[in-house]
Amino acid sequence: MSEQTKFDNKIVQWVDDRLPIFSMLKHSAVDYPTPKNLNYWWNFGSLAGLMLTVMVLTGIFLAMNYAANAGIAFTSVERIMRDVNYGWLLRYLHANGASFFFITVYIHIFRGLYYGSYKAPRELLWWLGLLIYLSMMATAFMGYVLPWGQMSFWGATVITNLFSAIPVVGDYIVTWLWGGFSVDNPTLNRFFALHYLLPFVIFALVGLHVMALHTVKSNNPLGIDVKGPQDTIPFHPYYTVKDLFGVGVFLIVYLGVVFYAPNFFGEPDNYIPANPMVTPPHIVPEWYFLPFYAILRSIPNKLAGVICMFSAIIILFFLPWIDSSKVRSAKFRPYFKQVFWLFLADCFLLGYVGAHPPEGNLVLMGQIGTAVYFGFFPLIWIIGKIEKPRPLPQSIAQPVLKQSEKI
Amino acid sequence: MRKLILSTLAAISMAAAVPAVAEEGPELEHQNWPWLGVFGKYDQAQLKRGFQIYHDVCSNCHSLKLVAYRNLAEIGFTEDEIKAFAAEKTVKDGPNDAGEMFDRPARPSDHFVPPFANDQAARAANNGALPPDQSLLVKARKGGPDYIYALLMGYTDAPEGVTVPDGMAYNKVFPGHNIGMPAPLADDVVTYADGTKATQEQEAKDITAFLNWTSEPELDTRHSMGLKVLGFLAVLTALFYALKRKVWSDVEH
Amino acid sequence: MADSSQPASDPSDGASRRDFLVYAASGLGAIGTAAAVWPFIHSMNPAADTLALASTEIDISKVEVGQAITVTWRGKPVFVRHRTPEEIKAAQDVNVSELRDPQTDAQRVQKPEWLIMVGVCTHLGCIPLGQKSGDPKGEFGGWFCPCHGSQYDTSGRIRKGPAPLNLLVPQYTFLTDTSVRIG
Repeated sequence: MSEQTKFDNKIVQWVDDRLPIFSMLKHSAVDYPTPKNLNYWWNFGSLAGLMLTVMVLTGIFLAMNYAANAGIAFTSVERIMRDVNYGWLLRYLHANGASFFFITVYIHIFRGLYYGSYKAPRELLWWLGLLIYLSMMATAFMGYVLPWGQMSFWGATVITNLFSAIPVVGDYIVTWLWGGFSVDNPTLNRFFALHYLLPFVIFALVGLHVMALHTVKSNNPLGIDVKGPQDTIPFHPYYTVKDLFGVGVFLIVYLGVVFYAPNFFGEPDNYIPANPMVTPPHIVPEWYFLPFYAILRSIPNKLAGVICMFSAIIILFFLPWIDSSKVRSAKFRPYFKQVFWLFLADCFLLGYVGAHPPEGNLVLMGQIGTAVYFGFFPLIWIIGKIEKPRPLPQSIAQPVLKQSEKI
Repeated sequence: MRKLILSTLAAISMAAAVPAVAEEGPELEHQNWPWLGVFGKYDQAQLKRGFQIYHDVCSNCHSLKLVAYRNLAEIGFTEDEIKAFAAEKTVKDGPNDAGEMFDRPARPSDHFVPPFANDQAARAANNGALPPDQSLLVKARKGGPDYIYALLMGYTDAPEGVTVPDGMAYNKVFPGHNIGMPAPLADDVVTYADGTKATQEQEAKDITAFLNWTSEPELDTRHSMGLKVLGFLAVLTALFYALKRKVWSDVEH
Repeated sequence: MADSSQPASDPSDGASRRDFLVYAASGLGAIGTAAAVWPFIHSMNPAADTLALASTEIDISKVEVGQAITVTWRGKPVFVRHRTPEEIKAAQDVNVSELRDPQTDAQRVQKPEWLIMVGVCTHLGCIPLGQKSGDPKGEFGGWFCPCHGSQYDTSGRIRKGPAPLNLLVPQYTFLTDTSVRIG
């Protein structure tokens, strides 16, 4: 049981006696014992939380001016860009914010892969993270449809058509999703409603994610358990100030793009109003979907392609059991470390393939990339069984003490 | 070190993938547009010359529906000049108290009146080709202003053995090379109000600048705000770093 | 690692440097946050296209003496009446101290023959009748509101009925003798 926290401020104490929000805050954001050896790769969780907040705030203010009707959606976005005070800023913050939200989350996920943060007792934490990731993808997909440009329309058409691959009920499901016989106004309307809703589901999942984290406590670069208070420091002020510094660096990059290269991540075709009679020469999703797009296209069979694409994410749920090694951090796992970098390079390769039309060498590259992606998992299982890990330090505090003894 | 190299390589290949459409056609020559770069901004005199080209040449076929006449104030036209430009065109309004639709001269608050009533009329007048609206043209084409400029300067005779269909023209830069628009610019196609020599190259530069403005009217504000925001953040981040070092100075790490 | 660059001195030096950093960072951070909040708030203010319609120019050359027209301004009706000499005299002869909302006729017009007012009853917002020749104009020859019976005179002032104030006179300018900008 937590001990009764006493606050100096009378008002704070009065509220806390009736609803312990201040005690909770103190417990989880001030006193929370955090390993003292976390490196900067641990900043990306809070950065992802920052981006979720930015997206919700900019999204709400954009929604004050956006019209979710196929006849006027495109012009309503252009009205925001041209007539609404700071509308261009809200729009570019939101569009580029999506990209940077995925950047922080991808780095956060790969940090988890490298340091074994998905292993016991953090399996549920990992699962919640994957659920957040899936929700983000649904939100981003629907959000991209809203401006009703050529890529909005045709990207929606291609991806919703995939569901027709489901045997027996596929076509009914697609008609149900569309609310009609093609992507049109009913589809746009419901995508707007769901796009507005999902981020709050994400907020709830993030809350659970942080609760799960606080139950099992943070991992660290050495991957070894905390042995006692000598291994940890309170979250405030050490990690609050380190996170603030990380926010500063991150904002410089993010806002640098917003102000000076706001269309870098975008697709010129989406500045053309949607035309159901004209298909763009190359239909491409946003960059954060490219590896999955490549996997989808690498399988000649439509249903198999869809199954492979979804499996690429589903398989991550099983990672805590696929990877049988008791050692968490890749720092001490020489084989796993190599395979990790190979996996990362493979993801970039798949992204490159996804960005280009499936012609020539790229077809084979996509198939090899897909095979390597899925091959990663049985390979990890094997490595877990046969790998001889490097000797682990006795404790988190020990390697540092050892160093200072040498001085 | 190896990690750093690998992740940098990875980032570069990611960046190469991001401008997603495959490269087609000749490499576009990069022009030194005045609005590029951290301190870049529009040359107002150039924008006014570009508007003159839109007004005298392009507006006969191309609409500019997302721009309002009042926006011309941002490139230096006076209220009277704007009222005059607007009043050249008529707009359908109504119904009046008798229930009829009527014509009235356009006002500054109206958007640019398109040259054709609808897409079908535009096609009928242009050999079946639809002259695209120009409000977002620069942002809607890969290569942006470099592409537009190269296209305007890219009309040549068809190479040996290549036949160009009737009603089309050969263009080095246009995808497929057969473009429905005849070469719109040539030396002295307009006489500039500010006296600048109207070579085809000058005209192409000026109309491209104007079209970049119609696509990105907020650019000047965006750049100047960006400079202030990034400068402020640099200072704030440095402060946070100093504070971080200070706070962590008593921890073995 | 121990901070060996700092000479063995009292910890208050380090503490005050840290305090300075905290104050400086917090202060700048607060300024940054306020600056970041402003665009969100300002985005809710009227947009450029709304402001462009904030004023409207009307041509009054075709409005004969004794005639009235109604124009739309900021989403509301505006009454423009070309008053007859009788209507002007009646407006000027009224004893102002008897009025519920005392205003002289001169306070309500720039040129006496042109009366320009927002045609929204100050009681609960209906549009008073009196613009068209067949309309009831009430006892005072001006306007009559059918909703609750408010009656306005030839200067648009409330004379009878529940409305508390005279019909609102908007900001307007005569650009020429035949053209008025409202708003």
